[in-house]
Amino acid sequence: MKPAPFAYAKARSVAHAIELLANDDARLLAGGQSLIATLNMRLSEPALLVDINAIGGLDRVTLKNAHVEIGALVRYAQAERSTEIARAAPLIALALPHIGHPAIRNRGTVGGSLAFADPAAELPACVVALDGEIEIVGPQGQLTVKADDFFKRLFETALTPRDVLTAVRVPAAGTDTRVGFAEFARRHGDYAMVGLAACARADGKRLSNLRLVYFGVGATPVRARRAEPALADGDVEAAVKALADDLEPTDDVQASGAVKTHLAGVLLRRVTQQLARAPS
Amino acid sequence: MSERFHDIAVIVNGEEVRERVDARKTLVDFLREDVALTGSHVGCEHGVCGACSVRVDGVVVRGCLMLAVQCDGARVDTIEGVADTDEIADLQRAFIARNALQCGYCTPGMLLTAQELLARGGVPSREQIRTHLSGNYCRCTGYQAIVDAVEAVAQARAGTKQ
Ligand SMILES: Cc1cc2nc3c(=O)[nH]c(=O)nc-3n(C[C@H](O)[C@H](O)[C@H](O)COP(=O)(O)OP(=O)(O)OC[C@H]3O[C@@H](n4cnc5c(N)ncnc54)[C@H](O)[C@@H]3O)c2cc1C
Ligand code: FES
Ligand code: FES
Repeated sequence: MKPAPFAYAKARSVAHAIELLANDDARLLAGGQSLIATLNMRLSEPALLVDINAIGGLDRVTLKNAHVEIGALVRYAQAERSTEIARAAPLIALALPHIGHPAIRNRGTVGGSLAFADPAAELPACVVALDGEIEIVGPQGQLTVKADDFFKRLFETALTPRDVLTAVRVPAAGTDTRVGFAEFARRHGDYAMVGLAACARADGKRLSNLRLVYFGVGATPVRARRAEPALADGDVEAAVKALADDLEPTDDVQASGAVKTHLAGVLLRRVTQQLARAPS
Repeated sequence: MSERFHDIAVIVNGEEVRERVDARKTLVDFLREDVALTGSHVGCEHGVCGACSVRVDGVVVRGCLMLAVQCDGARVDTIEGVADTDEIADLQRAFIARNALQCGYCTPGMLLTAQELLARGGVPSREQIRTHLSGNYCRCTGYQAIVDAVEAVAQARAGTKQ
């Protein structure tokens, strides 16, 4: 199908984008890899698209104060080539090749993925696992929101329709950082049926600060809070058992809730092996 | 500024095209309807099939998930332009030799996407070829012959096998 009519404006700066968003029923356009598909299907009919692709400075990856900052307009393909991300955000580097297909990764942006907040998307779970922060600029000024507080409900985040997500920041990996990532998808590049992003610190034989974050199992990224302490102590069996209490996946077109819980356990075993190794 | 119709200038296959476009017109519809380049096809119109693949500023994108108005000032290359430059002549020959196309609907997208992988150099594994082409659907061939053709060209270009 073809989109319903809309007006279009190119934002010159973040401030200009916010000014344009004051119009009724305006929507930001980043990579367009979700938005234009929904417009084509007429699932959404905004009156104005505010294109942020030409805003300078939002497409950088920078290392500062022991953090990696990824600008909202950094495209997946660019992130895949980034040596900073490979070195300092290895969890994100592991997740990127699983997102869509090469042509989708050539356009789709890191900011768009977080703002869209698809419950089966890889990056929201990674950013929660990394205990990251999200930078938002709106009519009231600038705001930093912890990833834990950013993803609210299904496709709902801390962003209001007047805000621009400008960057995401995650702590830079150190020598004791351990990460793991795995997902099940029907075909390569499809959204995951179930996926797991994990991050921890190696602490002797134990793991500390362990975060196990599942995607595709709920309305938002879901932390497996009971499995975490079990796995941190090295008890994989207890951790897998605890998933039954941690996760309440509902049936969807891809799989039943029971199958998803089973797959979550399989992923946990795979990720446990990755967490035992220092990232290469 | 915030209007529905916009004047754009796009370099399509090396030649400037000036047109007034409705903001809602996708890049692939613009190429087919306004520039009369029908080598880029329209399948699903929501990013899944890859039939609409074109290059914008050197990278392969979905022509159905980009708006023509966004391409003002950009360089767009379609299968017609890329074929004319002989950049993929060997790949086209390999597709014919191995029956890697039947109806041909997917072929322009397949060729552009495969060329993006081949341009990186080296000889990708069959698995890497399949992964790279995972976003391009073919309803006829069963993919085997397509992977064969891409692999053969990679080997030939690397000088390892003919
Ligand atoms: C075939 C196909 C397969 C896909 N597979 C996957 C997959 O496996 N995993 C996955 O995660 N994704 C997948 N995607 C979606 C893709 O990752 C999108 O790129 C992503 O969801 C949205 O990013 P975008 O930059 O394209 O944003 P857009 O589509 O431009 O925008 C999406 C939404 O976010 C808002 N938005 C965008 N940027 C900002 C910002 N900076 N501030 C505030 N709001 C903003 C927009 O207003 C819009 O509502 C797939 C898409 C397709 C077509
Ligand atoms: S028509 Fe664009 S991906 Fe199918
Ligand atoms: S040859 Fe018919 S779809 Fe591929």
